[in-house]
Amino acid sequence: MTSLTALRGIPRPSARTRARTARKTKKFTLNGCGVLVALLTLFPIFWMVSTAFKPSQEIYSLTPHLLPAHPTLGNFSAVMSGQASGIGSVWLFFRNSLVVTVSTVVLASLVSLLASVAVARFRFRFRASYLIMLLIVQMIPGQALVIALFLDFNRIGLLQSLPGLVLVYSAQALPVSIWMLRNFVATVPRELEEAAAVDGAGALRIFWRILFPLVAPGLIATSIFSFITAYNEFIVALTFLGQAHSDYTLPIYVTYFFNRGGAQWGPIMAASTLYTIPVVAFFLLVQRRMTSGLVAGAVKG
Amino acid sequence: MVDTVTNQPAARASSAPRPPGARRASAARLRALIRRYRLAPYLLLLPSMAAIGLVLLWPVVQVGLYSFQNYGLAQTDGAAPTQWTGLSNFTATFADSEFWLSLRITVLFAVAAVTLTLLTGTLVGLLLHHLGRLMAAFVGTAALLAWATPPVSASVLFYWLFNPDGGLVDWSLARLPHWLVGSTNWAGFNWTTSGALPAYAVATVLVVWQGFPFIAVSVLAGLKTVPAELLEAARVDGAGAWQGFRKITYPLLKPIFLVLLLLSVIWDFNVFTQTYLLTGGLGNRDEFNLSLYLYDKAFTFPPSYGLGGALALILTIILLIITVGYVRASVRQGALT
Repeated sequence: MTSLTALRGIPRPSARTRARTARKTKKFTLNGCGVLVALLTLFPIFWMVSTAFKPSQEIYSLTPHLLPAHPTLGNFSAVMSGQASGIGSVWLFFRNSLVVTVSTVVLASLVSLLASVAVARFRFRFRASYLIMLLIVQMIPGQALVIALFLDFNRIGLLQSLPGLVLVYSAQALPVSIWMLRNFVATVPRELEEAAAVDGAGALRIFWRILFPLVAPGLIATSIFSFITAYNEFIVALTFLGQAHSDYTLPIYVTYFFNRGGAQWGPIMAASTLYTIPVVAFFLLVQRRMTSGLVAGAVKG
Repeated sequence: MVDTVTNQPAARASSAPRPPGARRASAARLRALIRRYRLAPYLLLLPSMAAIGLVLLWPVVQVGLYSFQNYGLAQTDGAAPTQWTGLSNFTATFADSEFWLSLRITVLFAVAAVTLTLLTGTLVGLLLHHLGRLMAAFVGTAALLAWATPPVSASVLFYWLFNPDGGLVDWSLARLPHWLVGSTNWAGFNWTTSGALPAYAVATVLVVWQGFPFIAVSVLAGLKTVPAELLEAARVDGAGAWQGFRKITYPLLKPIFLVLLLLSVIWDFNVFTQTYLLTGGLGNRDEFNLSLYLYDKAFTFPPSYGLGGALALILTIILLIITVGYVRASVRQGALT
């Protein structure tokens, strides 16, 4: 049988080359899609940073430029001096956010470690109910809680204060932290603890010297979660802090700045950029740090 | 027991120094007690239960009580007594046309945002699965950045992108041909004050941008568990890519999709931060979703914690119903083991 292409005198591509071209086209299309998705995703962030470095006549120019033609640090210095927001330097709010997030991470890690040991190591009544309660409780929206919390914390005088926020954020981080950590605790081999107990180590010693270092990767994972919970939290801080400007956390500071209006997009974008950098850096840093190889090594060693 | 200082209050007497042997004995007794009644797990759970109970559970109970009371400014000041008012907060809510508008906005937004987030996330997840290692890392990192951007930064940023004065979106739309973008005069179009539709269009783009990476990563993790031989076998039998996805990948990933769907519904149903910032604080009443409506009722002067409580109860009940689905899906996947 003679094919049409052969009759026309065009050499017919072999099946092998055809497959290769198809594969190449497919790869090309996929990579093209990949580049498109990545650029579209990155663009808003790029625009935030780019605006932060633009002088104001470029920001409001009739023909926007992708990159600042005359890059300036003016927006950043206006944010750092506190002159742009009128309520203080961005470092003050950095300090507040740092205090709140670090305290939350420490408190939530400690409490959730205790609870996850209970859930992973013991079989007891209400264990299943407790776990289901955690699943349900994490769904309760902040909007529903904040009314009663506002009135309660007002009564006990914790309203316009950072410790009040730490208390709320720690509790909010617990359900997911416990849920995550119990898997890590469960992977720590019992033989290790039993061996230590045989060697005469007490419960506290076993906890600190054996369990704690072995669930460290899990603690890192839950710390990331509580860090983000506390660093990003909006509605409780907005409601609790009110006019207590010097106690503002970063999101509330950016919001105040934003609501003040007055076309300050340069400084606002500079403040948002500064607010975004730590959490983005944190994400990139811990992206591939989760390793459970430690446990295998400990048993073998 | 020896009291060393005579004028010490009685309550402190128990902590007065005792002979070391007695202390050790009582500690041993305590330990025996814990072991005998298997108290250890309960003691370990105590701190978490206290925190969750006080900060997450008790407020829900309180809000439930407020919703049947006339709780407002006068009651917090003590100027007027708190009274039980039956269902009046609920009847007032259901009689308010703003409530129904906010409910409609909430539901429509959730449907649009969930659909688009899941669709985009799944497509990007599939894309990541088929890309080479380097390219996948590039796209993955880009998605990670969008995911990591704090909601407040992202909202302020999108507000700026869609701003009528100097915003990039209006500028670009005004330069595109009319057959593509409609005949609206896009130059200077105000997305955030022109009613609910444009405002929530921006909110949808924002929520999809922030939400698709989580879906993509979860779908990718699921895809890695699908045995390659199955898809290979299907291809040998002549199945195309779409058929392979529909007949093999999708059924295998169905539990993951179910959990992702429920989580997305829950998240997008009670979105507050983004809509609060995009609609200009509480400035545009015709752009309230349920969360903004609730917050406005509870905190805008004069505050009505009763009305806010009723709305919080309604919102919580809706979410609990969805959550029951989530819990059942998780339990079926063996999450409790």
